[in-house]
Amino acid sequence: MAEATADTATPTPGSVATGPMLAADGVPLKRSLARALRREKLRALALIAPLLIFILVSFIAPIVDMLFRSVENEIVSETLPRTVVALKDWDYESGEGPGEDVYAALYVDLVEAEEMKTHTRLGSRLNYEMTGISSLFRKTGRGIGRMDTDAYTKAITTLDAAWNEPATWIAVMDDDSARALLPETASAWSSWTRIVAANNDDIAKEEPGDFLFTTLYRDLSAATPDALAGYEGPEAARVREAAARIGSIEPVSLREQFLDIDKDWSDVQVWGTIQAFSPKYTPGYFLSAVDLQETPSGIEQQPDDQKIYRLLFKRTMFMSLAIMFSCILLGYPVAFLLSSLPLRTSNVLLILVLLPFWTSLLVRTSAWKVLLQQQGVINDVLVWMGVVADNDRLVMINNQFGTIVAMTHILLPFMILPLYSVMKTIPPTYLRAAKSLGATNWTAFWRVYFPQSVPGIGAGCILVFILSIGYYITPELVGGTTGTFISNRIAYHISSSLNWGLAAALGTILLVLVLALYWVYDRIVGIDNVNLG
Amino acid sequence: MALVETRTHPDLMRFTMPVTALAGGVFGFVLGSSFGSATLGVLAGLAVGAVTAFVLQSFLQRKQGRLAAAIVFALAGFLIAGAKGAVGGLIGGLVLGWLVYWLDSGRYREGVPTYATPGQVLWHNSFLFICGLIFFFLIAPIMVIIPLSFNAENFFTFTPKMLAFDPEGYSLKHYRDFFSNPDWQQALKNSVRIAPAATLLSVSLGTLAAIGLSQSHVPFRRAIMAVLISPMIVPLIISAAGMYFFYSRLGLQGTYVGVVLAHAALGIPFVIITVTATLVGFDKSLTRAAANMGADPVTTFFRVQMPLILPGVISGGLFAFITSFDEVVVVLFVGSAGQKTLPWQMFIGLREQISPTILAVATILVVISIALLTTVELLRRRSERLRGMSPG
Repeated sequence: MAEATADTATPTPGSVATGPMLAADGVPLKRSLARALRREKLRALALIAPLLIFILVSFIAPIVDMLFRSVENEIVSETLPRTVVALKDWDYESGEGPGEDVYAALYVDLVEAEEMKTHTRLGSRLNYEMTGISSLFRKTGRGIGRMDTDAYTKAITTLDAAWNEPATWIAVMDDDSARALLPETASAWSSWTRIVAANNDDIAKEEPGDFLFTTLYRDLSAATPDALAGYEGPEAARVREAAARIGSIEPVSLREQFLDIDKDWSDVQVWGTIQAFSPKYTPGYFLSAVDLQETPSGIEQQPDDQKIYRLLFKRTMFMSLAIMFSCILLGYPVAFLLSSLPLRTSNVLLILVLLPFWTSLLVRTSAWKVLLQQQGVINDVLVWMGVVADNDRLVMINNQFGTIVAMTHILLPFMILPLYSVMKTIPPTYLRAAKSLGATNWTAFWRVYFPQSVPGIGAGCILVFILSIGYYITPELVGGTTGTFISNRIAYHISSSLNWGLAAALGTILLVLVLALYWVYDRIVGIDNVNLG
Repeated sequence: MALVETRTHPDLMRFTMPVTALAGGVFGFVLGSSFGSATLGVLAGLAVGAVTAFVLQSFLQRKQGRLAAAIVFALAGFLIAGAKGAVGGLIGGLVLGWLVYWLDSGRYREGVPTYATPGQVLWHNSFLFICGLIFFFLIAPIMVIIPLSFNAENFFTFTPKMLAFDPEGYSLKHYRDFFSNPDWQQALKNSVRIAPAATLLSVSLGTLAAIGLSQSHVPFRRAIMAVLISPMIVPLIISAAGMYFFYSRLGLQGTYVGVVLAHAALGIPFVIITVTATLVGFDKSLTRAAANMGADPVTTFFRVQMPLILPGVISGGLFAFITSFDEVVVVLFVGSAGQKTLPWQMFIGLREQISPTILAVATILVVISIALLTTVELLRRRSERLRGMSPG
């Protein structure tokens, strides 16, 4: 502020030439202008802000969320937290199933998952990667309550009936040193508290579950004598007593128990899949979207009968290009005609272009359905003319032909309008000059007129291509099975197969493609120059 | 133009008659092949065309000649095939009559310079013909559904009764169904509830932002513009998927508010584009003048700026309205059965139970779009006139 005071000091007449120029209120003009500019910028931003925030929340955030969903894979580590940890050291390449520890971890995880009904969701998720896992999880969920682990419960409560009392457990599990001594049991106990809470039961009244005794057995068998001797927490005597006699209990192999429910649990492929999809983020959906798959032994091609996405992307590209070219073919002459006619006539004809543009998409699609179907208007006319026989009507719908025709009609205005706005600016005198210099009609058009109309072609092409590549409604209604686009597959995964991750990955790939084209469009046309007729 | 007076009549025998005969031959081919013998049809058509050209050119004036041709052909058609034939004959007569005088008066050379060779004239007229076909391709599918919506049967094509112009072949039953079926009525109600709310939201926010964007010093203008226009560019299915996932997290999926928010976002680019386009021609000294005379910013906005940019705002609003009113992909995912809109109901109708009621709805929608298009056109012209950009 010191400087400001110096600047605002009244200038003496002699210093005017050297000192800063001042505004009417005595503030240096430079600063005054800068402030005005800043205020103007802020006002502009304040006007834009509400809309920008609205778009960011209602539109951009959903898109970002979708991008995130295409790599998100927390379900495995959330549903099977202990198994994921226990599997870390297991080597898929060894070709042998994991050890008893992993089965024990899986046992506790699945008991909780089954109570929370999350195991079927996990099953469906992993089923995208390996067929059959879904039914394996469902079957295991049904069988997990009937495992022979109740043998531990019986044995331990026979040794000391106090273990059947929730109070004993609560007392032990409240203590940090006890939790350190019995780590698996402590972790299982936290699952137990969640299960009880989810069922709205009182933990002090619920009889402890079988899996708690299983983990207690495992912890006590694994505990070193030193650790036991050093334990001074609650129920120390009871814990030591149980530990001393734990050797007398017949162990139950959890591996055998799982294999009894379903022998697939010995399949290293199953374990490999769980291990491969343990991380929180996975490229798996993207790999599936390009017909690859992540297997325990690395990235592989999908089996040939499941390769559909590359074909679908290629088909979407091919059909969009076909639609784009038919739009140029039909749009160029019309735009040329419109731009060469007097304004009054061309305005009337322009209405014929704008009317389809303003007509509901569903109306136009249903019109094509009416026209193209086998008992439809076009076939009727052809039969009446004797071009095709009545029993040999043309199949023009539910295939690629139908989609291309209907979409060319729907997108044609988007080609004509940019072409027209560019062609209007080409002076007709150029053509006349070329002709008077001896060019033929064709040369004059090709060498003089056409190059000047190229920006319009570029703008129209990108617009039509962008719009057609993501089209959903028309291919869905007139495309049948061979005329569908990638967007139809995305919709299928969202609403029917519920494989949202794959839908998000396919959507992301499509989005990247479109944004790249959008960027190109912005470069050559400029987004603010989009003309809506 | 002076050219009209100097235009010479082409030779009847060497030009008008053969060309008309050719056109007759084409008609004859179509008719002949539908009745079994294309060759016979072509020959008959050639003869009829030649005779028509000769008679009309030699004995009758333009107006009466065309009328006479239409009547004679319609009568002939009626005698051969009843009402259906009369309409066919009428069309044929009108076309041939017009063709003869068009050729004879030399008007076919109107669009080309006088020195053009016959090849160039032919090419020019073929070009016009091709453009006519493309316009036909653009308009015909929309126009075809209008008569079909009055079908008395549950068919999607013209029944023999309709072709014979038998009143029994037509009925309003599909319209009655639309107005009495609770599904359709509920869908109409939902559309009418959603579209105006979404329009209001996008117009109010969009106009403010467009005014902000049109100031001279806006930081990150390009980036902001790209973000605001993006709902128009991002494929609908991706917007729909993203909104479905995100709105389910927020509990907005399947609610009225969710659909309105989604539709407002989709309509915003149209408002931004039309309003910024209007603001390009807005004279900023007007606001300065208003401020100079003591108006505060709010008064300036409502009394000076708003009336001038109103046409742009209204057409942006109409774009936003039609976007929401016609939108089906996003509402399909973001909405639930309670927000089933008219396009959604049509989509189901087309995919599952194909009911011709759709055609009645489609006709109503076509009428609405014609009304909207007319409004936008009038507004555009008014706005251009206000800004002095166009003489008309």
